[in-house]
Amino acid sequence: MVSVLPIRPARPGGSTTHPGRTPVSGLGRRRQRLGWAYSAPMAAIVAVFFLLPLALMLWMSVNHWPLLGASYPNGVENYGALTDPFFLRALWFTIKYTVVTTIVLSLAAFGMALLAQSARPGTGLFRTAYFLPTAVGLGSASLLFYGLFNTESSPLNTVLDRVGLGPVDWLGTNGSALSSTVGMITWRFAGFYMLILLTGLHSIDPSLYEAARTDGASRWQTMRHVTLPLLRPTLALMMVLSVTGSLLAFDQFYILTGGRHDTATLAIDIYREAFLSQDLGRAAAVSVALLVVLILINGAQLRLLRRKED
Amino acid sequence: MGQHRIRRGRLLLVALAGTAVLLAGACQSAGESSASGDTTATDDGSTITMWTRSPTATFSQTLIDAYNKSHKNTVKLTVIPADTYQQKVGAASGAKKLPDVLATDVVFAPNFASKGVYQDISARVNTLPFKDTLAPAHVKVATYQGKTYGVPHDIDLSAVFYNKVLFGKAGLDPEKPPATLDEIYAAAKKIDALGGGTDGYFFGGSCPGCMLFTTWPMIWASDATVLNEEGTESTIDNEAAAKVYELYKKMYREGLVPKSVKNEAGPTWTQAFSEGKIGIQPMGATALQLFKETPKLQIGVAPIPGLTGGRNSFVGGDVLSIGANSTKAAQAWDFISWTLSEDAQVEVVAKNKNITVRSDLADNTYAKQDPRLATFNALAGEGQTPISVNFGKTFNDPNGPWTSTVTEAVFGSASSASVLAKHNTSITESLATGG
Repeated sequence: MVSVLPIRPARPGGSTTHPGRTPVSGLGRRRQRLGWAYSAPMAAIVAVFFLLPLALMLWMSVNHWPLLGASYPNGVENYGALTDPFFLRALWFTIKYTVVTTIVLSLAAFGMALLAQSARPGTGLFRTAYFLPTAVGLGSASLLFYGLFNTESSPLNTVLDRVGLGPVDWLGTNGSALSSTVGMITWRFAGFYMLILLTGLHSIDPSLYEAARTDGASRWQTMRHVTLPLLRPTLALMMVLSVTGSLLAFDQFYILTGGRHDTATLAIDIYREAFLSQDLGRAAAVSVALLVVLILINGAQLRLLRRKED
Repeated sequence: MGQHRIRRGRLLLVALAGTAVLLAGACQSAGESSASGDTTATDDGSTITMWTRSPTATFSQTLIDAYNKSHKNTVKLTVIPADTYQQKVGAASGAKKLPDVLATDVVFAPNFASKGVYQDISARVNTLPFKDTLAPAHVKVATYQGKTYGVPHDIDLSAVFYNKVLFGKAGLDPEKPPATLDEIYAAAKKIDALGGGTDGYFFGGSCPGCMLFTTWPMIWASDATVLNEEGTESTIDNEAAAKVYELYKKMYREGLVPKSVKNEAGPTWTQAFSEGKIGIQPMGATALQLFKETPKLQIGVAPIPGLTGGRNSFVGGDVLSIGANSTKAAQAWDFISWTLSEDAQVEVVAKNKNITVRSDLADNTYAKQDPRLATFNALAGEGQTPISVNFGKTFNDPNGPWTSTVTEAVFGSASSASVLAKHNTSITESLATGG
């Protein structure tokens, strides 16, 4: 859409008058109406798809709300789900998974971004190869790896067998299931995060590297004093995305382990309360807790980012 | 600013009103059951909607195609992924948007019946001259507080499958399947000794559904129980059950089963048998249609035995019911009653190698052609289906109390008896709460 409105000239010396307080001229009113009209669709979407479900979730969490049958208020009884040993185990596992995944994923993505950064012959091929797994849906990727991790018919085990490393029980214990899943997630997401980091790397002014070289900085010094500080906002964005995604992990564990061997995440706990125990009220209470954890962690991350930017 | 405040206030009001409307809608109670003495069956060209879960889709569609061809009514089938069937029914029940006909997994039927998802069809079922021949286990789960809410739709029961080729190679009589659990162990040991990637036995150690489907009949056949009559208490802490899981533990420790059974969660649990690598494996009767017999695999079937004899089966499958809000109950009943007729049961169900739900038709033409079908048909009348309102969360949840019980009993270091004693209470607690 092409705007027909004149661009408001900057007021020299700045203005203390709030635009809303100026005597509203015909043009001003029109601009105001247009402003409302432009933001209305998004406001409606946010209200219908975020605020209302959020209000409903809060309401459900203070009601006895079975999947089948009538509901009635029951105070904070549902929040008893937060003292359930299953919830506590799921919380601990989710945090452990989030920390491990974020570290492994960040290192892998950063390494790949550095490898694919400069334009040499064949770089395009590597960038495409690294990014390709991102095109596979998470559910499909999990099913694919379920086949690879099957002890009996796993092609991975056939290869390991040949080199004398024996068949590996990929999903049989808490530790092996965690590392196998982190491996799968790294394969699936590293390319995507590499792309984010590449845009960050490309936005660094090449003259800074020139200057560092002229000053005799080693590769490590250039990385430490030029690349990393200027990449911070991008790294922070990647961290926020990775941490949020990991805290909400469901598909991969639902398919690979079903939550066995204490690999249930908070999202699996919510699913279990809602659709196996058929108690939507308790599921809503756990969801509220997860939301609080997400707000706290993301808030802390964004604050950290802002401080660093300052 | 004042103007802004007013507008913001209005926006807030609209949002609050919207929330209130949404909540009011969501707070409505689930559908109530509408008791009915009506027994009419109408074929007037109506369209009947039906839901079924994915594993039953082909079976339901075959019956529907035959019905649509020979009747004025048209049944339209919607297939719902098995994992989401419960929540779909729950949401539809709250919104009074249930279909006219529902095919439900038997283990969930008592829960749906108790929550008013189905219409009472006692009077209609009483008009069927052959009602006493309907698979008794299915009729029992579809009966709640003396009222009938469903009739059998399809039957998948558990039985012992064995590979006759491996029996022959191991010097066992391929026509004489094991009749006790000790005989199963002895045969599995001989077959396992053949080597060459062959294993004596197989089970889905991480698949709670597979484990109960195949091991509970062993306990029943040993004259013991797993649940009380009402399905509210676990009775698995008994000597027979302990011996069954001790035998499984022994087979696992002695390597008569592949190591992968510990992690087998269900999706690939019949694969090794289909490749001719397994001697004996109890599984669902419907698997017979899926396997292709090869020079490496010739399939024999037998009832699941108990410790010292006896026979039993877990009769799973689906029941057919009329949705609580259906306005086409007479048309729905026309379809449901037709699916139970001799025509449908023999010429559609049995012809496609499925188990008939009527014992008086067990000895039909198609069953005579394949004695294995005759075995299944006989078991349909003898087997059991446990009843419990909270079955799903207690026994099918991979993180539920049953999964930990069976995993510890078979793969743990403690004796099976002590594990069953330890977990019996948590199973009972789960059966008594929620839902």
